[in-house]
Parts: sequence; C-alpha cells; structure tokens
Amino acid sequence: MNTVLVSLVSMGSLAALFALGLAVAGRVFSVETDPKVDAVEEVLPGVNCGGCGFAGCRAFAEAVSSGKAPTNGCPVGGARVAKLVAEILGVEAAAPVRRVAQVLCKGGLEEAKQRGDYDGPEDCRLAHATQGGDKACAYGCLGYGSCVKACAFDAMYMSDNGLPVVVEENCTACGKCVEACPRDIIILVPEEQGVHIRCRNLDPGRFIRQVCSVGCIACQRCVKTCPTGAIYMQDNLARIDYDKCTNCRKCVEVCPMKTIVWQEGKPLVLEKAAVS
Amino acid sequence: MNLFLLFLSALLVNNFVLVRFLGTCPFMGVSKDVDSAFGMGVATTFVLVVSAAVTWLIEHFILGPLSIPFMQTTAFILVIAALVQLVEMFLHKTSPGLYKAMGIFLPLITTNCCILGLAIMSVQNAYNFIEAVVFGLGAGLGFTLALVLMAGIREELRFADIPEPMLGAPIAFICAGLLSLAFSGFAGLI
Repeated sequence: MNTVLVSLVSMGSLAALFALGLAVAGRVFSVETDPKVDAVEEVLPGVNCGGCGFAGCRAFAEAVSSGKAPTNGCPVGGARVAKLVAEILGVEAAAPVRRVAQVLCKGGLEEAKQRGDYDGPEDCRLAHATQGGDKACAYGCLGYGSCVKACAFDAMYMSDNGLPVVVEENCTACGKCVEACPRDIIILVPEEQGVHIRCRNLDPGRFIRQVCSVGCIACQRCVKTCPTGAIYMQDNLARIDYDKCTNCRKCVEVCPMKTIVWQEGKPLVLEKAAVS
Repeated sequence: MNLFLLFLSALLVNNFVLVRFLGTCPFMGVSKDVDSAFGMGVATTFVLVVSAAVTWLIEHFILGPLSIPFMQTTAFILVIAALVQLVEMFLHKTSPGLYKAMGIFLPLITTNCCILGLAIMSVQNAYNFIEAVVFGLGAGLGFTLALVLMAGIREELRFADIPEPMLGAPIAFICAGLLSLAFSGFAGLI
C-alpha cells in the first residue's frame, strides 16, 4: 500500500512540476498567430487531404489569407466553405464550380481482352510496372482498384465488371484517384457535364478492335456531328472540350463503338457562352 | 580518457541509429535535405543530453531512495515528453522555418526510442552523472551524424538515374542498409 502511495505522490508531483515548467515556457515562447488564419483554418474540413495543392489545411489557410490561393481553393469544402472563408477575409466569394471525377475507360472484364495472367499484388501501379499488366489494351483501366483505395471519401467502388465507379454525391474532387491511376484514366470534370468519351487509347482503329469492343476507333463521326465544335481529334483519339460541350448528346447517338456515353440525371441542356 | 572512449563509442562504434537501430523513424523521415536533418539532429541531441541528465537525477534521487524502480519507464517518458514540448515551443518561436520543415517529426521525438533507450541504458550500465551526460551527447551527435550523412546521400540520389520501381523509399532503405554496414566497420575501433 505504501509503495503505491509513494509512487502516486512522487510521480504526481513530478508531473505537476513539469506542467508548471511547461506553462511558464508556454508564456515565454508564445507565438502570435494571425487570427484570420486561425479563423479560416477553423472552417476548413480539417482532413489535411492536400486536394488544394497545399500541405494541409493550415498551409491552405495561410495561403488564402495572404491572397496566394482563391477562396474556393478547397475542393472538399465546396461552395459552403468558400463562402465562409470569403466572409472571414471580407472578399467576394469566387463562384465555385463543383467538379467530380470521371473514369475515361469503358473496357471492363467483358469488353477488354486479356493478354496474360497477372499474379502480383492487387495494385494498379505494380501491375502497370510489371510489363504493363494483364490487359491487352495498354491505355485502359487495369482494374486493381488503386483509385478506390486512394479515395478517402467513399466516393468510388469497383463494379462487378472490374471498373471503378464514381459516387458523385460523395466526390470532393480532391484528386487522390487522379494521382493514384498509373494510366491517367481519371480526370476531374465540372459536375454538370454529362457527355464523356470513355477511352484513352491512342492506337489506330484497327488495333483497338483487337483489344477492346468499346474503344475509340477514331472514326470521327462525333467530330462531324457535334454542333458546337466541342469534339476534336488528337493522336487517334476523340477528345471533348468541356468548355464547349452543351450536353446535346448527338455524338452519343452516332458513336458506333458506344465509347461516348451519356450520364443519366445530368442537365439536358447547358448554356455555354458562344466561343468565337 | 574513459569519458572520451565512452563518447566515441556512443558516436561511432555503437551509433544509435546505424548500429543499435534505435530512432530509425526520423532517420528515414527527416533525411530529405541536409538543413532539416541537421536541425532535427540538434533538437534530438538537446533532448538527449538534457533527458540524460534529468533522468539520471530522477533515477538516483527519486526512484532509488523511494525504492520504486518499476516506475522508471513512466518517469522517464514524463521527462522526455515535457522536454520535447519545450523544444517544440522554443523552435516555433525562434525558427518557424525549421519548425515547418520538421513538421510532425518534431513532436514525434517523444516517441523516438533512442531517447528512452539512452536513459534506460545509462541506468543499466551504472554510469555516474558526468558519464551519463557524455553518453547522451555522444549518442545525440551520432544521431545527427547519421541523419546528415543520410540526407547528403539522398540529396545526391535526386540526380541519380534510378529504376522506376526503386524510386523513393526503396532506394533510401538500401542506402540506409549500406550505411549501416559501413558503420559496422568501426566495430574494432575500441
């Protein structure tokens, strides 16, 4: 009993002594921080995801306060946080455009051909580094879900067909999946855009047909059909200029490979300022 | 002479990081550039020396007389945690750049096993006060040396043509292993 008491008292007084010392030191070495930065940090999500391009929420708060980052720079917080930050700093909130991730590959297990077996760890980067993985298409989704593992917001899952699917309500456009994908298949696109060319293969059409049933064969029908000139060809691949696309869906109808898709639930018409 | 040998032993022959493998977390974490590696080394050295002195006093004037040696770990960790807090406040005030560069590894000095290891080792080896402090100084400078060497190597590595799968951590681990191997050459020194 005595030992217990002695331990308690000695350790307790030791701790009290250190606490006192630290309290004094805290006064002596106190650092004046900018109250604005503190206030901004307070309203940020605080997950330190780095989606803004700065090293954590604190660094972003400092950058915003000194005008080096826009008030809507936090992709996770979105419009709500942008407004709060703007209020704290006393500036007009920049109109935030909510973006979501889009997966530019349709070649799942059914559509894309395999060229061999890959027995390594379930990781796209490793598969990509191992002779380019097991898919015959050297540009398509490897299907090992590195993007899904990278997502901190439960905004992605792997479909039964072996392709990642984005849950757009949860997506915060933090860009972690974009970084994780070794084949640059995932891009961040304004949420309102509903037409996507889901292929990244740069090979000529005849090679595409050998490896995938839904790849872009560069037939250019979409380019000719598009009324706003939003689709253009580059390196044997049709690409979409989201600044011009009005969601008219004419290209979706003419695409022979069904590479171009329309996402249900998106606005049927988009007003776009005429681009000269 | 004995003190010098003790110092040299802690610094090179039994280098805490490269021979005893204590404190390898900051060794890998804060060895990306020489400046922050040096700062981390100095901060850790400070904590090591002061904690060596304070833990010696606690061991001999509190734990010993009260015959509660089983409280050793608790008491020592208390000392180390308080000291690290002190260093953190001091750095935040005097050198914000260094404070930022060290980031999370600064508060993590608390859990750096070389500090608790040193305190316990100096009790086990029955060092007197002066010896304990010299042991702490040698260990700290050895830690700094290891960190700065590693940081120097990693700075050079940036310009090396490294195969893609080996980039980053893998090549750093290999270098750390080779460095440790080189330090085992000091074994015959004393």
